Amino acid sequence: MSIWSEETQERARAIVARYPQRRSAVMPLLYLAMVEEGHLSGSGMEEVARWCEITPAQVLAVASFYTMFKRERTGRYLISCCTSISCMLLGGDGVLEAVEDAAGVPQGETDEDGLVSVEHVECIGACGGAPAVQVNYELIEGVTPEKARELVGWLKAARPEVVNTDEMQQLFGGERSFEWAIAEEVGAVGPYPALQALGTIGSEAGA
Amino acid sequence: MNAPLLVTKRMTEYPGDSHTIDRYEATGGYVQAKRAITMTRDDLVEEVKASGLLGRGGAAFSAGLKWSFLAPARPSYLIVNADESEPGTFKDRQLLERDPHQMIEGIIITAIANEVRQAFIYIRGEYAKPARRVQAAVDEAYGRGYLGHGIFGSNQDLDLTIHLGAGAYICGEETALINSLEGLRGEPRLKPPYFPAAIGLYMKPTIVNNVETISNLPHILEMGATAYAGLTDSADTGTFLMSLSGHVNKPGNYELPHGITWRDLIYETGGGIREGKDLKAWIPGGASAPWFIPEKHLDLEITKDATAAAGSMLGSGAVIVMDEGTCMIRAAERIVRFFSHESCGQCTPCREGTTWMEMTLRRIEQGQGRDVDLALLIDVSDGISIGLAWPPKMTTICPLGPSAVSPIIALRDFFREEVEEHVTGGGCPFG
Repeated sequence: MSIWSEETQERARAIVARYPQRRSAVMPLLYLAMVEEGHLSGSGMEEVARWCEITPAQVLAVASFYTMFKRERTGRYLISCCTSISCMLLGGDGVLEAVEDAAGVPQGETDEDGLVSVEHVECIGACGGAPAVQVNYELIEGVTPEKARELVGWLKAARPEVVNTDEMQQLFGGERSFEWAIAEEVGAVGPYPALQALGTIGSEAGA
Repeated sequence: MNAPLLVTKRMTEYPGDSHTIDRYEATGGYVQAKRAITMTRDDLVEEVKASGLLGRGGAAFSAGLKWSFLAPARPSYLIVNADESEPGTFKDRQLLERDPHQMIEGIIITAIANEVRQAFIYIRGEYAKPARRVQAAVDEAYGRGYLGHGIFGSNQDLDLTIHLGAGAYICGEETALINSLEGLRGEPRLKPPYFPAAIGLYMKPTIVNNVETISNLPHILEMGATAYAGLTDSADTGTFLMSLSGHVNKPGNYELPHGITWRDLIYETGGGIREGKDLKAWIPGGASAPWFIPEKHLDLEITKDATAAAGSMLGSGAVIVMDEGTCMIRAAERIVRFFSHESCGQCTPCREGTTWMEMTLRRIEQGQGRDVDLALLIDVSDGISIGLAWPPKMTTICPLGPSAVSPIIALRDFFREEVEEHVTGGGCPFG
């Protein structure tokens, strides 16, 4: 018996079918497990093991290797501040401090309401728009400490169902790595990357 | 600096819709993929070899030669490496977001050349928006019959699957990427025997190519290998996407011909140093590369050979510029911290060495450094990369550990006094 909803099981079947070998589906299925429970639980990993026909220990070995598989309770909004070299050179450390201060928790932790988690991350590929921050892996470039505080305040007050990269860039960002022009109406609904195939995407219109 | 734009041409001319299949086809897209179907494997491999195209993921190995090594066993697989994670690098993100069909056409060409029926794009997990753009493009290509069963009405099949990473830099190393895609921990495999072209995904012959490398292929077929190779006067052919970041006035991705100088890049293309400050150092090819300084390197040509002769590499084309106000210890600490964090832990020199280097650098930066600490850093580095040479003499399975040594080479050769200042002054002179 699966612990997942019928809809999630349907997704899992489609994901497994995409790979020549079942075990290759372990990473996308771990994302699915996070969607179901908000983070990765022991039972979630056991479920992934059944789908991939491997042991729970083998799943844990994979899950523990990657930083984006969150095995502890994670806030509805995961704020990731880049402090790698290019962001550090342009003030990324100050942005992280401002986010920690405004969120009321140090990096690596989640606030009491389960609303906001803060983490410092290594390079997220936005060096031309440093310093960069992501909320649920939706990017904002050219962030200042002041704008970072406003961002946290906005997340806490507005509590958007869907976080949209273009909207946040407009409100809290500055210079970007390159011009976009491709606006999207979709965004992330939780602390995992927003992709249709994973069912982790939300449309702003529907929010 | 007058080579034409290739991989960034469409997005420059049509910024509003360069990512759509309609714009792609209206500007000559998918013509070369259709033509490739009529060509043999040998023709395609020879054409790419003759173009001189070098892999743009960091290793700068001949793409055509890589293809020619493909072992005869079948099925064979293609993996596009979109796990762009080298600090300073953001070029592939632009190609993925702004011109995904160019990459898909390159994938079709590569698949035909290497008799591939199943291809994967491994995109780093933090690239949610680029992944969505690629997903939309893949769906469009399936919709028009350019992917799937009998592509372009031929008897060739090609399936393309997007696989999302989950925050591990090491998965950009091709054998770690293969392990990750197999559902294992992303730990690099030993070469030999695990050369992907012979024993790759599911132990089958596998081609792993970077996004930019693949994106060049439609242009090579369109203009012909000779014309592509003739775009520059330098030994390195074609154009090169450089990601410029740090203390420059105009950071960004720039598609440039090989053979300009670092002075051209930093002062013309990049608009010089912010606030009119002086240049102190730059990293020429991503965080893994040994650093350059203006006193020695500013007028060197930006080519693979010239950079190697000066003891560094162009790597992924990421140039990180640091002004006179930058503390070299803090910069070194930040880069070593990255490699320490991203070490997969398989090899003792890398796992233990990067941790000790990080702690020692932090101690110096915080004013608790000792006289022996630079010697200690060099000694630990020597344990990871014998003699601190470049290219490194490795003690590890993959180049991650030796990459962490690059900032130590810079401290040893160029900034010894700055280390001593930190130690004797009991803190960072830059505040």
